[in-house]
Amino acid sequence: MQRSTMDLWVGLFVIAGIGALLILALKVGNLGTYSEAQSYTLIGNFENVGGLKIRAPVKSAGVVVGRVMDIQLSTKTFDAIVTMKIDNRYQFPKDTFASILTSGLLGAQYVGLAAGGDEGMLKSGDKIMKTNSALVLEDMIGQFLFDKASEDDGEF
Amino acid sequence: MPRRIVIGIRGIGHRVIDSIWRLGYASRFFMLTLLKSGTSMRRFSLIIRELYFTGVLTLIIILVSGLFVGMVLGLQGYETLQKYGAETAVGTLVALSLVRELGPVVAGLLFASRAGSAITAEIGLMKVTEQLDAMGMMAVDPIARVVAPRFWAGVISMPLLAAIFSAMGIFGGYLVAVVLIGVDEGLFWSQMQSVVDFRFDIVNGIIKTCFFGVAVTAIAVFEGYDAQPTAEGVSGATTRTVVTSALVILGLDFVLTSFMFRGVG
Repeated sequence: MQRSTMDLWVGLFVIAGIGALLILALKVGNLGTYSEAQSYTLIGNFENVGGLKIRAPVKSAGVVVGRVMDIQLSTKTFDAIVTMKIDNRYQFPKDTFASILTSGLLGAQYVGLAAGGDEGMLKSGDKIMKTNSALVLEDMIGQFLFDKASEDDGEF
Repeated sequence: MPRRIVIGIRGIGHRVIDSIWRLGYASRFFMLTLLKSGTSMRRFSLIIRELYFTGVLTLIIILVSGLFVGMVLGLQGYETLQKYGAETAVGTLVALSLVRELGPVVAGLLFASRAGSAITAEIGLMKVTEQLDAMGMMAVDPIARVVAPRFWAGVISMPLLAAIFSAMGIFGGYLVAVVLIGVDEGLFWSQMQSVVDFRFDIVNGIIKTCFFGVAVTAIAVFEGYDAQPTAEGVSGATTRTVVTSALVILGLDFVLTSFMFRGVG
């Protein structure tokens, strides 16, 4: 085969491969829509994170505004420290309320942010003061049984 | 009777020592290939020639199988997901399974059986016809002239082929789910984009394919170089290339996956 034809085919092959990589990155992946460079970090302490996972979405009013980057246990207070990266376009007031919610009945858990009315905005590295833990089914059942028992005590 | 037992144990020991020696020989050969790659990098036209044989000629089988794997994934995924009313997640299913696992592994297996076997047969036949010895006589190093260009061509073309495979598969899934069945197009892409992460899913998939490319081509060139210089020897070496490559790809895939996706998603 001619040298120049071979070069042409190899060139086409390499271009097709790099093109496929670009398609994967931009059209399939989230590189086109969400970049970590333009984001800031928020920290929240939760009593119980339930089934929250790293990379779970952070939503406000149903809109994805960021992702959970890290979940760790604090050895001082023994609650969970959740680190979140929030898109720079979205700023939240200082008294924002963070809670761990479930999408659908059995769906994955995510962090929901409900904005407050404070004038000052949260800055990168700030801690969200008001948090609400995940609902754990066993705790709910335990609470229910406890209430039931105390009701019965009252009757007799 | 004890003598037979001794012979049996001796046989086991002989095999173990033999296979360990062969592994060591293969590693030394691999290091030698890396050391002498500098010379072949200076003559890049050699690598381009091999890129044509390993990359461009493998393209057809990669394109067609990628398309069909994606179409089947779309069809099967839709069947199951629509029972839960989550048929728009079919894009996510197709994209994640292709980018994380199926793309690298299936493309690697196809690459081993299409390009790896060809490399082994070619180098083996060069050995049978004493071309390698003739090169040595002319003070041309056969490892720098024959082995290293094939090795680097394989290492370069494997990630590209796997990327083409995954992109083709996602296109196949799109064809079945959106064009044929009628899943909403916007939701198909947006659900996919919200779940597939560039760093965790796509980059990890590319890292996998790089490992597979090195493993498959290293096995292929070694088996070719080490083949018995007979017709039987070359056919045996070609078979060993495909079998060993397939096993190594599947084993490596498990190890890499357990490192990459631990504690994620």
